[in-house]
Amino acid sequence: MSKTLVEKIWDAHVVKSEEGFPDILYIDTHLIHEVTSPQAFDGLRKRGLPVFRPNQTVATADHNVPTLNQLLPIKEELSRYQVDMLTKNCAEFGIELYGLGHPFQGIVHVIGPELGITLPGKTMVCGDSHTSTHGAFGAIAFGIGTSQVEQVFATQCLLQSKPKTMKIEVNGTLGKGVGAKDIILYIISQISAAGGTGYFIEYAGSAIEALSMEARMTICNMSIEMGARGGLIAPDQTTFDYIKGREFAPAGEEWDKALAYWKTLYSDADAKFDSVLTFDAAAIAPMITYGTNPGMGMGIKEHIPATDAQPEKEKLSYQKALDYMGFDDDASLIGKPVDYVFIGSCTNSRIEDLREVADFVKDKRKADNVTVWIVPGSKQVEQQAKNEGLDKIFEAAGFQLREPGCSACLGMNEDKIPAGKYCVSTSNRNFEGRQGQNARTLLASPLTAAAAAVTGKITDVREMLEKVEG
Amino acid sequence: MKKFTTLTSAVVPLNIENIDTDQIIPARFLKATTREGFGENLFRDWRYNGDNTPKPEFVMNNPTYNGQVLVAGKNFGCGSSREHAAWAIQDAGFDVVISSFFADIFKGNALNNGLLPIQVSEDFLAQIFRAVDNNAKSPLEVDLENQTVTIVETGAQESFEINPYKKSCLINGYDDIDFILAQKELIEEFEKR
Repeated sequence: MSKTLVEKIWDAHVVKSEEGFPDILYIDTHLIHEVTSPQAFDGLRKRGLPVFRPNQTVATADHNVPTLNQLLPIKEELSRYQVDMLTKNCAEFGIELYGLGHPFQGIVHVIGPELGITLPGKTMVCGDSHTSTHGAFGAIAFGIGTSQVEQVFATQCLLQSKPKTMKIEVNGTLGKGVGAKDIILYIISQISAAGGTGYFIEYAGSAIEALSMEARMTICNMSIEMGARGGLIAPDQTTFDYIKGREFAPAGEEWDKALAYWKTLYSDADAKFDSVLTFDAAAIAPMITYGTNPGMGMGIKEHIPATDAQPEKEKLSYQKALDYMGFDDDASLIGKPVDYVFIGSCTNSRIEDLREVADFVKDKRKADNVTVWIVPGSKQVEQQAKNEGLDKIFEAAGFQLREPGCSACLGMNEDKIPAGKYCVSTSNRNFEGRQGQNARTLLASPLTAAAAAVTGKITDVREMLEKVEG
Repeated sequence: MKKFTTLTSAVVPLNIENIDTDQIIPARFLKATTREGFGENLFRDWRYNGDNTPKPEFVMNNPTYNGQVLVAGKNFGCGSSREHAAWAIQDAGFDVVISSFFADIFKGNALNNGLLPIQVSEDFLAQIFRAVDNNAKSPLEVDLENQTVTIVETGAQESFEINPYKKSCLINGYDDIDFILAQKELIEEFEKR
């Protein structure tokens, strides 16, 4: 029987399937961090249970950590307590921790791939909705709640109903200045913040195949922003080349064996998806969001859709979002002054993102009205950026290169955007208050964010790229 | 886990769509390491001003509305996987959340804590909001065994779906860990494959 990629991986991990019950799904790798794990460890203690497979569990501290002076004690008491708690819990339950100061520390969805922990065909979970990122390697990866973290601790399994499958094909060639972030913001703007709920999405088509692994991770990362629990891309030579030689990747005979298996991981030609959508890469412009959910995005030169054009039931929520942002409907955002630029998060903090930004800002300087934070995804990304001299370029441009963590994506640490201020952010959510109370977030690609940093306002980066060439 | 069978209660209406987990419980309150106490920060930035004074226009600050059923617009609970969202709603005294559409992770988290998420049709949701507009104390009756929700004053009723396994968990107060632990031998066998 022909199967989709999701079905192939799912079926290979079903411990038990019984009518009327969710499947018992075996989990190969469990990633944990300080925020969603403490109550799960507590649950184990209450039940008197150990972690069933500690060597399939990897921990890091990312959500809550400062991005300056990481080697000093964390100033904020509750954050320090939570990070210390993770250290204690990992020691007690025998889990490997890449905590602050460790050369492997970083955002959980950045370190998994760069360490070769994320591999094709795996099932992976984490108490974080952006776990979908790992799907870029052809893995089933999804976010779970804390009760489920406890479940995986206790049993290395999850009770989970098989998801519906959706294929999203993006064909053709992207225009200049348009990247993976624009593709995914465009798709979400087309199908809404709930359009993928209940599905696992497989991204395919020539425009997806042409992407690097970093770019594929950006796409899969934001699957949850349209409600899809997971998103994945069939592994290919790009995937294999990325994995080979990484810290925990299979090597020698193990590599050959793994590779042979990975090459079977694709959706069969006649596999049936529950839904199929197709988009044209050439139609995608640099994207920007204007509202308070990631579905409220548009091409950067477009005008904000009119409130009157919204369905009757949705007008109230729509207008509320525009009021929060301080935008008028039917307005263009081009030229709108911005206060902050944040380049980071599990969506866009990898070395390729930093290289793209550095390449663009070389010999340029940020506008005086803008504060720019670049927060690398991991210690390894930070080190690599320094090895390549990107830190010097950022410094010359007035961009502050910080230390790794989730940072201003969710403002759990000190990196908050002040009330009322506008931030062009490469992160994944523009919810009210996400980056700080009453902060206003405009989601965009690293390139569009860099352009805003340089001009101090919302700018169509394509025009700046043309100037250089002209 | 908390058991659930039936409930008759007034509702707290929140007719807003796409209510995300950052509104339900902002990230800055996720630093606690226990499950308790999140209720006071439920909808924090909609409920309170920056100086911690209540915003009188927010429904939870209006004493006319109180009940154990939260009714919200579509795509409720979108965003993060934080189970703190379900804990906060429950800790604030709610046992049921009704919407015309739920985000997946939120729905799972709610069920895993004995907080019943009920998906109703757009039309029925509008009927509930209308009933509450007419009478703030208008009660709803939720019957998990028969999978029905009824607007008591009008008699309008709708059936809702729930996975039969999760239904029995709620009625009996079991959780998934109890269920999977009983299959440990199967898991160990699977690992040898």
